[in-house]
Amino acid sequence: MTAFLQQLLNGLSLGSIYALVALGYTMVYGVLRLINFAHGDVYMLGAFAGYYASKLLHGRLNGGLPEAAVILVVSMIACALVGMLIERLAYRPVRRASRLTLLIVAIGVSLLIENLAQIFFGADPKFFPQILPERMFEWRGVLFTNQQILVLATAVLLMAALTLFIRRTRTGKAMRAVAHNPDAARLMGINVNSIISLTFALGSALAAAGGILVSLNQPSIDPLMGLMTGIKAFVAAVLGGIGSIPGAVLGGLILGLAETFVAGYGSSTYRDAIAFFILIIILLCKPEGLLGKGQVEKV
Amino acid sequence: MKKILLVLAVLGGMGLLQWALTAFLLDGPVRQGPYYYQILMLAGINVILAVSLNLTNGITGQFSIGHAGFFAIGAYVAASVSVYAGPTLQGSLAGLPSFAADSVLLLVASAAGVAAAAAAGWLVGMPSLRLRGDYLAIVTLGFGEIIRVLILNIDAVGGARGFTGIPRYSNFFWVGLGVVAAISTVRHIVRSSHGRALLSIREDEIAAQAMGVAVTRHKVTAFVIGAAFAGLAGSLFGHFTMYLHTNSFTFVKSFEIIIMIALGGLGSLAGAALGAVVLTVLPELFRGFAEYRMVIYALALILIMIYRPQGLLGKGRFLGRGKDK
Amino acid sequence: MKLAGLAGAGMLAGALILAACGKKGPESNDILIGEFGALTGSIASFGQSTHKGVALAVEEVNAGGGVLGRKIRLITEDDQGKPEEALTAVTKLISKDRVSALIGEFASSNSLAAAPFAQQSRIPMVSHGSTNPKVTQIGDYIFRVCFIDPFQGEVMAKFARNTLKLDRVAILRDIKSDYSVGLADYFTKSFTALGGTVVADESYSAGDKDFNAQLTALKGKTPAAIFVPGYYTEVGLIARQARKLGVHAILLGGDGWDSDKLWEIGGEALNGSYFSNHYSVDNPSPVIQGFVEQFKARYDGEKPDALAALGYDAAKVLIDAIRRAGSDDPKAIRDSLATTQGFAGITGIISLNENRDAVKSAVVLEVKDGKFVYKETVDP
Repeated sequence: MTAFLQQLLNGLSLGSIYALVALGYTMVYGVLRLINFAHGDVYMLGAFAGYYASKLLHGRLNGGLPEAAVILVVSMIACALVGMLIERLAYRPVRRASRLTLLIVAIGVSLLIENLAQIFFGADPKFFPQILPERMFEWRGVLFTNQQILVLATAVLLMAALTLFIRRTRTGKAMRAVAHNPDAARLMGINVNSIISLTFALGSALAAAGGILVSLNQPSIDPLMGLMTGIKAFVAAVLGGIGSIPGAVLGGLILGLAETFVAGYGSSTYRDAIAFFILIIILLCKPEGLLGKGQVEKV
Repeated sequence: MKKILLVLAVLGGMGLLQWALTAFLLDGPVRQGPYYYQILMLAGINVILAVSLNLTNGITGQFSIGHAGFFAIGAYVAASVSVYAGPTLQGSLAGLPSFAADSVLLLVASAAGVAAAAAAGWLVGMPSLRLRGDYLAIVTLGFGEIIRVLILNIDAVGGARGFTGIPRYSNFFWVGLGVVAAISTVRHIVRSSHGRALLSIREDEIAAQAMGVAVTRHKVTAFVIGAAFAGLAGSLFGHFTMYLHTNSFTFVKSFEIIIMIALGGLGSLAGAALGAVVLTVLPELFRGFAEYRMVIYALALILIMIYRPQGLLGKGRFLGRGKDK
Repeated sequence: MKLAGLAGAGMLAGALILAACGKKGPESNDILIGEFGALTGSIASFGQSTHKGVALAVEEVNAGGGVLGRKIRLITEDDQGKPEEALTAVTKLISKDRVSALIGEFASSNSLAAAPFAQQSRIPMVSHGSTNPKVTQIGDYIFRVCFIDPFQGEVMAKFARNTLKLDRVAILRDIKSDYSVGLADYFTKSFTALGGTVVADESYSAGDKDFNAQLTALKGKTPAAIFVPGYYTEVGLIARQARKLGVHAILLGGDGWDSDKLWEIGGEALNGSYFSNHYSVDNPSPVIQGFVEQFKARYDGEKPDALAALGYDAAKVLIDAIRRAGSDDPKAIRDSLATTQGFAGITGIISLNENRDAVKSAVVLEVKDGKFVYKETVDP
């Protein structure tokens, strides 16, 4: 029983990582209908931004929460800028082109970031500084750390905040309008370009937050860390219903649990395949994802 | 009659080419011969891959990122046939001269590889081609990864240690024939009513359906043919490198094939072939800048998509419209 | 058919461009050595490390006047960690650059793809890190300076069974790496032959960052030790996560652990772990200490890891063979390589046996507060 609960917690902890990254994926997709392959790489850049920020800050703040907060904010701002830059330079020129073109550009951006990162940061893994001291807890033999809780709580909190933002604020309303029909939104006086820019900034900042929180938990970062995480997070987003914010979190958690239970109770060698296997099953039964809204394609 | 003559001419031409290549590059006066031959072979295999993916991605407009999966299935199945059934077959072919026996073995192995890849294409395509574009992309990507993980778990084909001991049966004669077969098949399809159905699906699926085009059937057929040729490329590849490892079949390989057809022009046959050749040869010229090779690739890809989304040889009739908006 | 013709023309044009570019080629008096490795791609971290070792050895020899009165020119080609690229790289090095000998590859899969061409072209190839026994079986021109999997698996099995007196050991292997799979298999074989029990065999994939599921599953089997024959890139995280889950089993590993990064990432969680290696940095031998100092001076204070040391040794063994052969003729180099006996390398006294594999003793090191402390030597 203890082992089962421990695996459950492991699964939630892994799933919350996917959920954090999936949030940004789903936002960008919801507004732009673009699989932003570079999202996983922005997540990686977030972790590296945090790494270099903490090197620069080292000794200037007394560690602990303030330092962690500063590092988090710096990295989120840096990645928001990167995200806006990517959108402005690569995606905007092809926004009206076919989806295939958009997808290929996204693949190109992802490859570009990964390879530049290998050149600038080096291919070897780096140790991510423990900017938040780790504490262990035990409950009925189940062991967990404050950082695992932090990642899970952040994912859920961000989900709530994002949902509120999109449902209740004027900007959120504008985002929904752009997602629904960009041309009509423009006619209504919405600045479509700045709304899309903002979406990217927000999505990338989320990715950066994810990168830092995850790296606290798994303190080894390298230029290719976003590759698999990004793809699995995307799978999570599709699983939950792409474009749906609660769906991204749900999908992430399900994926994390599935991988953990397959590795823990089945065969760990098939762990990497299970994510895709579930995805295929879900898509075949319910193509819009668990929480997605069915779409009727209009002529 | 004309067709038979044409086939004979192609066979003769390829045979002649192979003889010339052997005489000049492999055993001959050209110092870097084997190196050029190697590039030529890889270019040919990449052309088959690009042309076959183009049938799905460029002509039918269905975005698949799992081509490396079919490539892997073809390679591993064909290689297994050669390694495990080869010795028995060889025994029954003892009377033939060695090159003829090798050819028969390669044909048998390739047939198995092609059939397996086509079957896998049908299995994947049947359910998933009903999905909209982006979902198909991610399902095919997932399929490619599942194949990779499965291969890693099969000890009979070496798992993580790789598959050794594959005989070297393929040469430029076979790869050249594969290229011709792939190009002429795809060209034939495009010009047939089937091809027009595919183009209509790419342009507007709903309108095509309304006009009575059996959308799913046409899509699946195209997908299966594409997978079959990827399988052929795989079996030629395995019988050339004599060694297979899953590192050759990651989704990065699928991305590379996509880059090839994007560079040449989505939907353009000659473009796909050209893209494959350019992207095999260019990196060799840039060997000195090894670290920056992928950076240059990625940049080129983005710039081409922005400034010339129809690729180098595409006509741009079909792309560049905001139909999804 | 027009299109097929066009494609053909394209290929020919490509070949011609290559031919045009290949024409030049200074016929200098240098001895040419080709190196192929993964400088980019997902295993670049290891490829770059071996390259640093090889380059240092060549620079050192050249600074000392070269060999046979001639300078050595190292031509390095990237294979992106892919087997077919390794084959292309080696084909290029042999047929275009006309190298006299080859160094590489670190990953057995890439060596296995490239070695047949080297063998066929009769160019000697010295691998620094390919541990799969099959590599040197390809032919009499293929050599290596590292242990093979069976030996290293046995070393750790003996150590676990005889020195640590353990009965129950679990395995956590990297399913993507031939090295890890090989080591795990041979460890299992030796350990059960010595009367121990392997209670669980779990796996992960290189690049993973979360090992909680596997570790929790292992915890239920209460092993006394966990054999993790992976690379430092993952082992550090595995150790951390194991301790957090309350897994206090001793961690055991192979030479893939040897790197400063191991302690940097794993930290105290690694205390009391053991791994087999080629040498100990504590070894006061002036050869080893000199190498460590030189390496640090050359690469901004970076400490050499096992891969760098192997790369260095591979180059040194090859250069020594060239010196003894008295010529850069590939056949002569091969013959003198085959007679390498008692070469004092960084990674041990290297003698090549009739299978062209290095016969050398292994050391077992204990991880203690960031230091790798010498524990015992195991002879083959």
